[in-house]
Amino acid sequence: MQLIKPEINLDFVGRRRLALVFSLVLITVSLVSLLIRGGPNYGIDFAGGILVQVKFNEATTAAAIREAVQDIELRGLTVQQFGDEAHEFLLRSQESDIRLDGLSQRVGTALDAAYGSGQAEIRRVEIVGPQVGRDLRQKGAMAIFYAMLGILIYVTWRFEFRFAVGAILALIHDVVITLGIFSLTGREIDLPIIAAFLAIIGYSLNDTIIVYDRIRENRGQHGKKGLEFLINRSINETLSRTLLTSGTTLMVVLALFIFGGGVIHNFAFALLVGVLVGTYSSVFVASPLLLYWEQFRARSKA
Amino acid sequence: MSKSIKVRGGIALGCLLLALVSLAPTFVGDRLPSWWRNAFDPIQLGLDLQGGMHLVLGVDVDKAVESRLDAIGDQFEGLLREQDVIFQRVHRRPGQRLVVTVYDDRAGAQVDSLMKANFPNLEPLTLPAEGGYIDKYFRLSDREVQRIREYAVRQALETLRNRIDQFGVSEPTLQLQSGNRILIQLPGVRDPQRAIALLGKTALLEFMMVDERADLQQALLGRLPEGSKLLYERRVDPRTGAVTETPLVVRDTAVLTGDLLSNAQVRIDPRFNRPYVSIDFNAVGARRFDQITAANVGRRLAIVLDDTVYSAPVIQERISGGSAQISGSFNEQEATDLAIILRAGSLPAPVEILEDRTVGPSLGRDSIRRGVISVIIGSLLVLISMAIYYNLSGMVANLALVLNLIFVLAMLSLFKATLTLPGIGGIVLTIGMAVDANVLIFERIREELRSGRTARAAVEAGYAKALTTIIDANVTTLIAAVVLFQFGTGPVKGFAVTLSVGIIASLFTAIFVSRLVFDFFLTRFDVKRLSI
Repeated sequence: MQLIKPEINLDFVGRRRLALVFSLVLITVSLVSLLIRGGPNYGIDFAGGILVQVKFNEATTAAAIREAVQDIELRGLTVQQFGDEAHEFLLRSQESDIRLDGLSQRVGTALDAAYGSGQAEIRRVEIVGPQVGRDLRQKGAMAIFYAMLGILIYVTWRFEFRFAVGAILALIHDVVITLGIFSLTGREIDLPIIAAFLAIIGYSLNDTIIVYDRIRENRGQHGKKGLEFLINRSINETLSRTLLTSGTTLMVVLALFIFGGGVIHNFAFALLVGVLVGTYSSVFVASPLLLYWEQFRARSKA
Repeated sequence: MSKSIKVRGGIALGCLLLALVSLAPTFVGDRLPSWWRNAFDPIQLGLDLQGGMHLVLGVDVDKAVESRLDAIGDQFEGLLREQDVIFQRVHRRPGQRLVVTVYDDRAGAQVDSLMKANFPNLEPLTLPAEGGYIDKYFRLSDREVQRIREYAVRQALETLRNRIDQFGVSEPTLQLQSGNRILIQLPGVRDPQRAIALLGKTALLEFMMVDERADLQQALLGRLPEGSKLLYERRVDPRTGAVTETPLVVRDTAVLTGDLLSNAQVRIDPRFNRPYVSIDFNAVGARRFDQITAANVGRRLAIVLDDTVYSAPVIQERISGGSAQISGSFNEQEATDLAIILRAGSLPAPVEILEDRTVGPSLGRDSIRRGVISVIIGSLLVLISMAIYYNLSGMVANLALVLNLIFVLAMLSLFKATLTLPGIGGIVLTIGMAVDANVLIFERIREELRSGRTARAAVEAGYAKALTTIIDANVTTLIAAVVLFQFGTGPVKGFAVTLSVGIIASLFTAIFVSRLVFDFFLTRFDVKRLSI
């Protein structure tokens, strides 16, 4: 079977202005959303706080749970239904100033009092002190920074510096947009999301490099026809592979998103967005950037 | 069949055999002979999958420095009295300063020389004298402070390890981290609250004389006699659960402390059928206890743990045997835990819980089930698409994919890596990405076939041309995974592990194994047309 005909020749590079506008709009929306909400919506891993996952034997409502634990006076308490389980709820609070130990026990006691002993099962408790949160935030940012640095060095070594610049800009593009979509949908950034970001970086780059590789190869044959032709031809030649690999990766990530359960839901969502944005960026951002870089260089020389 | 195919086939089969042998304990553990199970561990599950507790405790090292200063202050006070030096008082001030207040320069000089001779680690600080008396400031040298801090953290680790060993958790992990932190992982712990109570207590046991002269009413208003302090005795009614707190004024200095214990055991009081903790002192402690009880018959002795009075019995007679009882309102489990922490010793400084992640076993099981479902569904989708898109060649890629999955799991088992929930996510992701290498190769082969090459030449050229692309593309993902491994903790580290292992395994299966299959069929059956 073949989805993409071998002689296909879509004008990707010709539509680079459209792609540029589209990307800029996405980035602007992301940045504005991040700005309005005062930065990324950090989960307890990074902001500190307490999270309690409770499973009830019988159906209940968030309001009833809120009432049951109101005596504990948890600051900024949110109660929301969790995952696809009807009786499962997530209690979250930014409480981290008071002594942390014993807090989950008090929540358990309060729930037992309201629902009867054994009716509410505490399945997960996460308590992160503000110090640890700050450390993890720093570590996460450093991880992304070092990953990008490592990639910059590798791509410069294997290709050329201008390729590396294009690749890194495309990666920043992907991460900013994914962050923006998280912000827009009100999802929290937690430790596993940083892992997802790094996987997105890896994946998006994977895609970009395959196109770059083809550009490098085609330069020997068609070098005289100009960079624009070269890039377009390379994207078209690798299009079949790009779509197939993105397709299989999307399928598995979708499986994880649908069947993986609540604990891993946001993680899978990040991967889902990342694979889509990453695929788009390697075709429409990373390669055209080479062209813009070339034009910029030509102009500054002239 | 060429020799090269035989050798390569042998390598591939050898790897598969090793993988299956190492994975057997994970999947059919109970049916294997014990030597097999001993040779290969089953895949280790992270706390998020098997349930358990992940704690980070911060050791308050400044408190350790302060108590060292207090101890020096006490000793120095005794020394000054011994030497008949006239002084107003010795006390500790904020900023970890020890201050000796004297009335004249002569006494000041005596203080200086005594301090220099006995506590060379204290550095004098020169400060102007004010109003009639002289404050002599001292502070610990930076090196000494550093030493006390490091010792406190190491000692805390040791004590916590003792407590956990007696608590009975299988395969606990204790690790020193930077910033005076201690990481503790307790897999499968059933009663997290009990574990926290056991680990978080400083467990400083002190015997203090009750200050009988003190006026309790005045004390409650904050007017305490010099050298006394107000503590509370906490009693829980075993039937109603009601808590009563009785105030008590005790002399500030402990007459005896828990470090002179040699043993602590739970006993049951036959009269009331209530548990108590029986403690034995070591030789030094027994002698002290003998002296104290002899000198204080008829007075009350408070048994204080972490500034809470457990009981304050009246000393009926001199006790020479070197053992005592701690009774109070606790149930048998609490008594057991008290005995454990007394045996394990007190922490050199208080600890604070900085991070606590506890996953119940039922949620862990759920996560495994859902993870496995995702892996199966994801794999099936990919297998079907590859078969449809590339026909028989797709089946070759599928074989590589299945092998990839087996190798990833086997490598986790062989390297004793920990599988976490994000780790399962990583496996799912690598399934999607693992076919990429084969897709690249197959697309190349199609291109070569279109340009008119024979099946054999096309396969040859396809693999050769795709190789550098595949390596370049995967190394970058590997860089991201390695960085993640360096910075990550716990579950995230698990993701980095499966992602990197998945990439390496996919390179092997997609390049080495699939090529082997192609070569085998091409030479064996003299294929003219590729099904691709």
